[in-house]
Amino acid sequence: MILFDTVTKKYPRTTRPAVDGVSLEVERGEFVFIVGQSGSGKSTLLRLALKEENATSGSVFVAGRELSRLPDRKVPQLRREIGTVFQDFRLLPNKTVFQNVAFALQVIGKSRSVIRQTVPETLRTVGLEGKEKRLPHELSGGEQQRVAIARAIVNKPAILLADEPTGNLDPGISLEIVGLLDRINRSGTTIVMATHDLHIVNAYRKRVIELKEGRVVRDDAGGEYNSGEIVMPGWDTRPSLDAIDAAAVAEAGHDAKAAPADGLDGAQSDGPDSDELVVVGAAAREPRTSRLKLRRGR
Amino acid sequence: MRIGFLLGEIGNGLRRNVSMVVSVVLVTMISMYLLGMGLLAQRQVDTMKDYWYDRVQVSIFLCVDKSLYPNCAGAATTPAQRDALKAQLEQMKPPVKEVFYETQGEAYQRFKDQFRNSPLGEQATERAFADSFRVSLTDASKFDVIASSFQGAPGVGKVQDQKQLLDKFFTFMNVVSWSAIALAVLMVLCATLLMATTIRQTAFSRRRETGIMRLVGASNSTIQLPFIMETVVAAVVGAGLAMTLLYATVRYGVSGYLSTALIDTAFIGVPDVVAIAPWVIGGVVGLAVLTSGFTLRRYLRV
Repeated sequence: MILFDTVTKKYPRTTRPAVDGVSLEVERGEFVFIVGQSGSGKSTLLRLALKEENATSGSVFVAGRELSRLPDRKVPQLRREIGTVFQDFRLLPNKTVFQNVAFALQVIGKSRSVIRQTVPETLRTVGLEGKEKRLPHELSGGEQQRVAIARAIVNKPAILLADEPTGNLDPGISLEIVGLLDRINRSGTTIVMATHDLHIVNAYRKRVIELKEGRVVRDDAGGEYNSGEIVMPGWDTRPSLDAIDAAAVAEAGHDAKAAPADGLDGAQSDGPDSDELVVVGAAAREPRTSRLKLRRGR
Repeated sequence: MRIGFLLGEIGNGLRRNVSMVVSVVLVTMISMYLLGMGLLAQRQVDTMKDYWYDRVQVSIFLCVDKSLYPNCAGAATTPAQRDALKAQLEQMKPPVKEVFYETQGEAYQRFKDQFRNSPLGEQATERAFADSFRVSLTDASKFDVIASSFQGAPGVGKVQDQKQLLDKFFTFMNVVSWSAIALAVLMVLCATLLMATTIRQTAFSRRRETGIMRLVGASNSTIQLPFIMETVVAAVVGAGLAMTLLYATVRYGVSGYLSTALIDTAFIGVPDVVAIAPWVIGGVVGLAVLTSGFTLRRYLRV
């Protein structure tokens, strides 16, 4: 679905490339976490996949197209097959929830009847039924991100790119949002999510690609993201998993085991197992714990 | 993109950007008004040329007693010479359309009437005028035919072509109208720059919206069309107001006042405004589309 073949991206007036000889492949229906510190090249990778940037060298293939050979006039068609979600939601403040989601269909020329049918369905999918007429500032951060996700998936894209979608959200809401992305993934959408939220990555045990200074340093199916002792800001305020999205997470594990998505191997399609849930749940319930020790490997 | 959505976007854009839109409307109005005035001045010159060249006459001044014209040798034209000249002119039809004879007294009286509000009218004396044949031609450019036949003929003091006098006037009028057009071109340049700046600012203020449009796969034309149409709407409103002002100027200023005050001169009228309006409005639409298209190519890349 997405293939990077020794891709390098160098910005003008910088000493080292933002992405340096990256080769990776994301299969159809996969859920991949791209992790790494700020400046490691996560966002650049997503921008390259969206053809917001062009690779300095190497080839990027997305949905069967080699992006360096894709003429500008065909870029919109490519982007209709990719949904995007960002940390800052990027909603239009003067449009209602319904209008924000409908906007994505209006600008690609969908008819009014299609919009009337598709938008409410999508809002139901993301759990925003009954809030169609609210303006973004009348919603919580989590709800705003749900609107952004609804807008990203309303055109039923094959790929969803999420760039730090939980970066502005508190931990509990973050898990809800990733739970939602997980459900979307189980419906067949390939998801690539850039994040540096250890808790989320470790809770879901999806494929993890770690970047460091623009290079892939780890590509681990069902992996974790940790590097010894890590400070988890706000961890002590994290609500219990039961209160967050335990049902969604548990359902993810159960469903994935019962009926793995096409093209996924067992490791990739597995949701968090019960042990992991206990670990996360236990950590979440730990009162006043400001530091969490996570060990590499399982 | 559906037309309803496009119209909605244009309406929203205009509403959110009222002050900038008003500035584009006003600058376009002023520049198009000046351009229209320049074009109308050109048409006025053409109209006056047609009018006056149709009436232009060649004056064959005869000799008076103690005339200063070298050909007269100080002697007045005799009645026989005068009759011979008249007969020769009559024979020269059709190049000669009409001939009438104006005496010294009639010429003096006509001058006094024309310059009744000027000191010239009081200072002139009858002796400064001469009897003359006033010859109108079927083709005003055929002056040379008359000049070669009568210049230096017995009893003729001077042959004068009024067209040459009128040409000086029309040259002046042309300079004035071209100056107006040059000024208008400068104003059009101002309008163009203002449009470009407005579009840049509008595109900047709506970068979140256009960013989302790009991300969800809107085509270039979908992203750019609302901006272009907003500029076109503002420019057309400005041009429409300019045409309305021109209509009022011509209808009430020229047709309503000048034409009645100066009866013996031909003036442009409302049909002239109607004739230039499509060109001015069409030009403004072209200008708005080109300016906004070019500006957006730089600032709204996919």
